Amino acid sequence: MEPIYLDHNATTPVDPAVVEAMLPFLSECYGNASSVHSFGRDAKVALERARETIAGVINCEPSELYFTSGGTESDNIAVLGTAYRYRNKKKHLVVGATEHHAVIEPAEHLHHNEGLALDFLPVDSDGFAAPDRLAELVTDQTALVSVMHGNNETGALQDIAALTAVTHERGVLFHTDAVQSIGKVAVDVKTLGVDLLSLTGHKIYGPKGTGALFIRQSVKIAPLFYGGAHEKKRRPGTENVAGAVGLAKALEIAEQRREPDFTRLSELADYFIDKVTAAIPDSFLNSPRTRRIPPTINFSFPGAEGESIILSLDLKGIAASSGSACTSGATEPSHVLTAMGIPPERGQAAVRFSMGRTTTREQMDYVLEILPPIIERLRAMSPTYRQSRA
Amino acid sequence: MSGGVDSSVAALLLKEHGYNVVGAHMKLWDYAEVGADVYRDGRCCSLDAVNDCRAVCDAIDAPFYVLNLSRQFRREVIDNFVSEYKAGRTPNPCIRCNTNVKWQPFLQKAREIGCDFIATGHYARIELGDTGRNLICKGVDETRDQSYFLWGLTQDALSRTLMPLGGLHKSEVREIARRHGLKTSEKKESREICFVADDDYHRFLREWDAKHDVPARPGDIVEESGRVMGRHDGAAYYTIGQRHGLGISHPTPLYVLDIDAANNRVVVGDDASLYRDEMVVENVNWIATAPPSRLPRRSDTSVSSPRHDASKLVSRASRDDEKAESRAGLPETCRSDDFRHPGPTNTPHLEPDYPCHPERSRRQACSSRYARGSLEATVKIRYQHSPANARLTVLTDNSVRVTFDERQRAITPGQSAVFYDDDILLGGGVIK
Repeated sequence: MEPIYLDHNATTPVDPAVVEAMLPFLSECYGNASSVHSFGRDAKVALERARETIAGVINCEPSELYFTSGGTESDNIAVLGTAYRYRNKKKHLVVGATEHHAVIEPAEHLHHNEGLALDFLPVDSDGFAAPDRLAELVTDQTALVSVMHGNNETGALQDIAALTAVTHERGVLFHTDAVQSIGKVAVDVKTLGVDLLSLTGHKIYGPKGTGALFIRQSVKIAPLFYGGAHEKKRRPGTENVAGAVGLAKALEIAEQRREPDFTRLSELADYFIDKVTAAIPDSFLNSPRTRRIPPTINFSFPGAEGESIILSLDLKGIAASSGSACTSGATEPSHVLTAMGIPPERGQAAVRFSMGRTTTREQMDYVLEILPPIIERLRAMSPTYRQSRA
Repeated sequence: MSGGVDSSVAALLLKEHGYNVVGAHMKLWDYAEVGADVYRDGRCCSLDAVNDCRAVCDAIDAPFYVLNLSRQFRREVIDNFVSEYKAGRTPNPCIRCNTNVKWQPFLQKAREIGCDFIATGHYARIELGDTGRNLICKGVDETRDQSYFLWGLTQDALSRTLMPLGGLHKSEVREIARRHGLKTSEKKESREICFVADDDYHRFLREWDAKHDVPARPGDIVEESGRVMGRHDGAAYYTIGQRHGLGISHPTPLYVLDIDAANNRVVVGDDASLYRDEMVVENVNWIATAPPSRLPRRSDTSVSSPRHDASKLVSRASRDDEKAESRAGLPETCRSDDFRHPGPTNTPHLEPDYPCHPERSRRQACSSRYARGSLEATVKIRYQHSPANARLTVLTDNSVRVTFDERQRAITPGQSAVFYDDDILLGGGVIK
């Protein structure tokens, strides 16, 4: 049997239409988009067309969109670039407690090595941040607030508009990491009210190594790279035209099928969640039932260690993950689950299934066949689990 | 899999014999923690070692996982290493790792993911004794025998362990690796303790103390009479038999005889004083026999164990022409993708003359040699030591007095003593 891929939050296969769209820019239209001559101009036109397409998807001006190498780079530019730009006047950052490491680590670097104060915006047991708590943390010294739109581990969707209402009132900049949400739910920078937004290609059936950063018109940032005038000097480096074209195509396709995909995957997710809950006693759903990116399903099975579940599934041809892809191999529960107040015994027993376009009910039925015996076996071997049951 | 040629070939052989092999590398420590050169390649747990394991698993088409056991390793091995030295003893961390990490949380993890056995590249053999106990026997390559490191294993652990290299010589193992184009075939041997790269234990202990704000405790170096000969910068940094690093000029060579941790003194003397003929061994783990108190006592000591037929073992593992034949006889169960819940009786049904089959031959255990509370055996007091004839007198289930026929040099508290009956490992413990 073909292995079943349920780790779409880690990455996705590139859509064949995207591959097709990219290929000419690797072989025929290969010019450097900054070159004066015809080769350059052709490449430049394609680049700008791609920019327009993406700007249309997120409802911003093309001039507000900058191409990067992906979500991590976009997050770093947003956090470090803003902090460095305003460092003489503003020395405070607020970052969501459940952010991806690509936001947390630059923020911690600024805190430990550049003397900025750092506060984490707490979340409730579903993983949602409250506007009132944000209002308490924000000061006139705050350079940036960064809260992700959709969480990579649980799929929880923040009410970004409610949070930006708070920051607008106080004249504070707001960045959101939309890496997981883009193409799966509506992402409109005006509705969300954000000043900066990160997105990536490889979670939405586009190529790895591509991404973009939205920076609203009047917002200033310090660049992280030096070496050319590309992207208005905000991100020098010869443009990855093929990548940008691929990113644009991927987002275009995603927008077209976003609503039917959302409906289908919501139904499939509900089916799976209900079946797992019925089949496996003592199971906890860490993802919120509503206000979530539907294909992301995070469960805890106390008594079974997350890593052991994942490896057991892998040996049965099912690919899932525990914690985020970047933190495997440790027995620490993830900071996301910990921030939600989930106790360690549950946090260490967490598994994330993230479905995608090719996920079928048959595949999920196979998982439903394989998963419960694995949990049972692990629980039977666990001395502590047996004790607590007795 | 350590990234070395031995574990690579072990994995390869098992795969060839129809086992569903899963390669696993234990991540045991962090560079930052043990103070090492990040760019030193090849050493176990370095990035190069992980890449080598991954490459071999790719070559043999086996899944590969890195398992993080650094917390357990720190607690069971590194902390013990430091505290033993501080108590004036010389620890053996490889044995602690085997007993408390590899054959505990690592074995547990293997079982959790559905594996029936763990396998290692040790030069040692696991066989079944006539009493039904699992036996550890020396590897046939006497210069490489690693049975010494395995005395702490339990019967349950042994019933779940395969050691495919025990019947091979090192040169054969390298040849197998070369023939299969494994990138680890020419890899240099690593003999040092894995977490002390440069083999400089004293550097490690000094840095550990500095990192944990433990002040240096200088003291006296004395002769047995008590006469002060010099100063040391920490009794923990010395080991029995050590000659260099004493900083004393003396007409004849001086050696460390004893580390008096209580009084923070290092006792030195001449070479002759290093020789003793008796020692007590504690924390004894009996392998070939049940603990002495549970053995029936017999008055005759006449029976000896039959010679093990090594040729069958060697022939299976190293002759390609027989391979095709051997695979044909493979029962369906060991080719299946299903892992069964493991248990001592639930072993895959393989042909009895496979190198790793636990039923392959039943050795006569030496319980018949046990008589009048004492036992004759050959005893190793450290890895690099020729087993010496001795009589073991059982003091309790877990402690033994060992009396050597001839005096042995530098019997060192904290080191492991292992008792053998010919090539069968009877048991082992820690020298008091």
